[in-house]
Amino acid sequence: MDPIIILQAGVSTGTVLLFATLGEIFAERAGVLNLGVEGMMLIGAMSAYSIAVYTGNPWLGLLVAMIVAGLFSQIHAFISITLQADQVVSGLSLGFLATGVSLVLGEGLSKAGTIPLIPTYTVPLLSQIPIIGPIFFTDQKVLVYLGYLLVPLCYYFINHTRPGLHLRSVGEYPAAADSLGINVYRLRYLYVFVGGLFAGLAGGTISLAISPGWFSELTTSGQGWIAIGLVIFAQWNPIRAAFGSYIFGALRRLVLDIQGPTMIFGLANPFYYNPYWGFFLQMLPYAFTIIVLVIGSREAIRKRLGSPSALGVPYIRGERGL
Amino acid sequence: MDQPTPSSPAEIVVQMCGIVKHFPGVLANDHVDFELRKGEIHALLGENGAGKSTLMNILAGLYHPDGGSILVNGKPVSFSSPRQAIQAGIGMIHQHFMLVPSQTVAENILLGLDEPRFFMQLSKYEQEIAKLSERFGLKVDPRAHVWQLSVGEQQRVEILKMLYRGANILIMDEPTAVLAPTEVDELFNTLRAMVAQGKSIIFISHKLHEVSQIADRVSVLRRGVSTASGVETRSMTKTDLARLMVGREVIFSLEKNPCQPGKVVLQLEDLWAENDKGLKALRGLSLQVRQGEIVGLAGVAGNGQRELADVITGLRKAEKGRVLVDGDDITNRSVKTGIHHGVSHIPEDRTHVGSAPNLSVTDNVIMKKYKHAPIARGWMMNAIAATNYASELKQAYEIIAPNLETPVRLLSGGNLQRVILAREISSQPALMIAMQPTRGLDVGAIEGVHRLLLAQRDAGAAVLLISEELEELIDLSDRVVVIYEGAIMGEVANGNIQHIGLMMTGVRQDQLADHMEAAHE
Repeated sequence: MDPIIILQAGVSTGTVLLFATLGEIFAERAGVLNLGVEGMMLIGAMSAYSIAVYTGNPWLGLLVAMIVAGLFSQIHAFISITLQADQVVSGLSLGFLATGVSLVLGEGLSKAGTIPLIPTYTVPLLSQIPIIGPIFFTDQKVLVYLGYLLVPLCYYFINHTRPGLHLRSVGEYPAAADSLGINVYRLRYLYVFVGGLFAGLAGGTISLAISPGWFSELTTSGQGWIAIGLVIFAQWNPIRAAFGSYIFGALRRLVLDIQGPTMIFGLANPFYYNPYWGFFLQMLPYAFTIIVLVIGSREAIRKRLGSPSALGVPYIRGERGL
Repeated sequence: MDQPTPSSPAEIVVQMCGIVKHFPGVLANDHVDFELRKGEIHALLGENGAGKSTLMNILAGLYHPDGGSILVNGKPVSFSSPRQAIQAGIGMIHQHFMLVPSQTVAENILLGLDEPRFFMQLSKYEQEIAKLSERFGLKVDPRAHVWQLSVGEQQRVEILKMLYRGANILIMDEPTAVLAPTEVDELFNTLRAMVAQGKSIIFISHKLHEVSQIADRVSVLRRGVSTASGVETRSMTKTDLARLMVGREVIFSLEKNPCQPGKVVLQLEDLWAENDKGLKALRGLSLQVRQGEIVGLAGVAGNGQRELADVITGLRKAEKGRVLVDGDDITNRSVKTGIHHGVSHIPEDRTHVGSAPNLSVTDNVIMKKYKHAPIARGWMMNAIAATNYASELKQAYEIIAPNLETPVRLLSGGNLQRVILAREISSQPALMIAMQPTRGLDVGAIEGVHRLLLAQRDAGAAVLLISEELEELIDLSDRVVVIYEGAIMGEVANGNIQHIGLMMTGVRQDQLADHMEAAHE
């Protein structure tokens, strides 16, 4: 039960949540809620693993995972943006569809044997920093470092660039954007696609790096839902999303480690003697997700948290132009 | 100045000939001609639904005309999007502002432009915007977030947005509707500064006194047909304009019996409440309304009027304070409790709050009666009684509908408002909360609503009238109280519009004297 190891593993497993959360932030900032993250992650994990099995190239696996999940997200885009259907219903359906397809196509994949994985890397110098070094820069998957880069990039893109300004305005007040010649529909399609790319990347990160292998729906085990909760917790801000993701990642590892020792803080360790306590801990992230989603589904609270004003509302150009 | 003084005859910048526009079931513009000269303020006058906005939306590229031609600076044009119109120098400022509240002024102005290309070096553009706003006297901080701005400031941002895009022709759709009187004066000064610098302005309005005050020339539309085109405003009286607009003589004054206030019906004590965003919308508001009087609540939109109506009718929670009706505390009780105490509500949003749009006229008028005999028969409904009741109301309130089964969403605004009034008045209310009861109605329908409200007052109801139309408030109300940022600033009984205007900008009644002196000096 070394806290450094727990945190190090937290950053590692948290990277999956981080990718999925960042993707959902893009989609939601453009005004489209996509509840199909879990399904898109699963199809990403499956595609990444299959491609790695057949070609022996994990990088190609990741790329295909992103494209496949991105294409799947466009089903949701078409239904909710062009057909202007309810985003909740459409997103859930997409999730079911993607899950079903990945389970069918992933049949037998778990017996595929060993495959090449995404490599790990230790950053020279940075890994020497006490505490920070071992947690963030030692023996981490290359994708973890990609996460470090993406967080500030996404933040800067959303808040300080022209495309970011357009993204925000489309999610906040599409009519204003439309009146200035910004193509609301095109941008929404684009960012739902970006959300899909990220979800696919998250899935591939699971099956090829963090917990390698294909374990049907247990591969993602509900992390897509946690990501949706994290978006609200992060208030649609990539930097807060990183904190949330790493904390939740650490919690996953803590649950495993805390059941090891017989004594804890000089007392009998309840997690060792009674496995139900461990189950309780394991449940916490999901319970948190449910609570956040229930609270976040109240419009008044969402607004207070700074939710994009047009989130979940299909944009229909008014007959009278407004 | 980048333009020399225009020589006569004045240069014509916009010429619209024989414009025709159909909407399903309506001929919104029927061969309308319109011309705009350089450096003039040209008013486009007409009632709601006369086709003014349609005509201007065509010029601004939002609609495509079904017939007719448009010349801009002598060249024929055919816009398929607002963007093309802006490129031709035509910018429209809509009644509903097209601003993203969570973004800054500069971000809103730069939205949709090709420059900056990728990185938003805001400080550089903020300076440019500041320069532009100085040149036209449009004071606003480019770094402020739009949600922090007053409505008047937001309007300035809209104007700046168009000027920044190089618009020389500005179309302003009812720009004064949302402003306090002092803000209207500022706007008029800005408009004059802009025409002095060679811009041309089209000013859409249905308010006669504003048109005579600001416009050089005026064109009038009535039911899609042009009844006057490019007439010098100086040669027209208010009555002339009204006749052109409505098509008959209009009586400007209401017959009103003297007010005989009775006991206090509505008593509000130190009310506090939040708006939908969780910000304080009511801050310690206290108010009394008596039997047999109409109390008008004046204020610039968004100063807590909606929240106040919600709290009184039980639709929103009060955080602090009390709502008493006839001495009974109904604070934070259900809407039903309010109805039992005789509270009736004419909501601002006629189609979504005031009525169930897909239900029939019958269903909408029995909504307060369906639990009582004869319409209720045990737990069943007596359809015959309901229909009889509805047809009585239809006749009494002159509701024009094909039949009682027509869904109310198909009714015109005036008729829908009559359905709501019929329902609310027939419940014999002790207290009536009427919010914007005439918004969007034509002159005839407005007269009808006013008469019904006065009749309620004379029958002994207490009426709280919430409106943004100052004239309506002054004409109808026995007292006008002014709300600003969720508190009452003071009360005016003699219809002193200057006092009301000052209080609408946050001056308390006891400070009025100081401000009036300051203004004189």
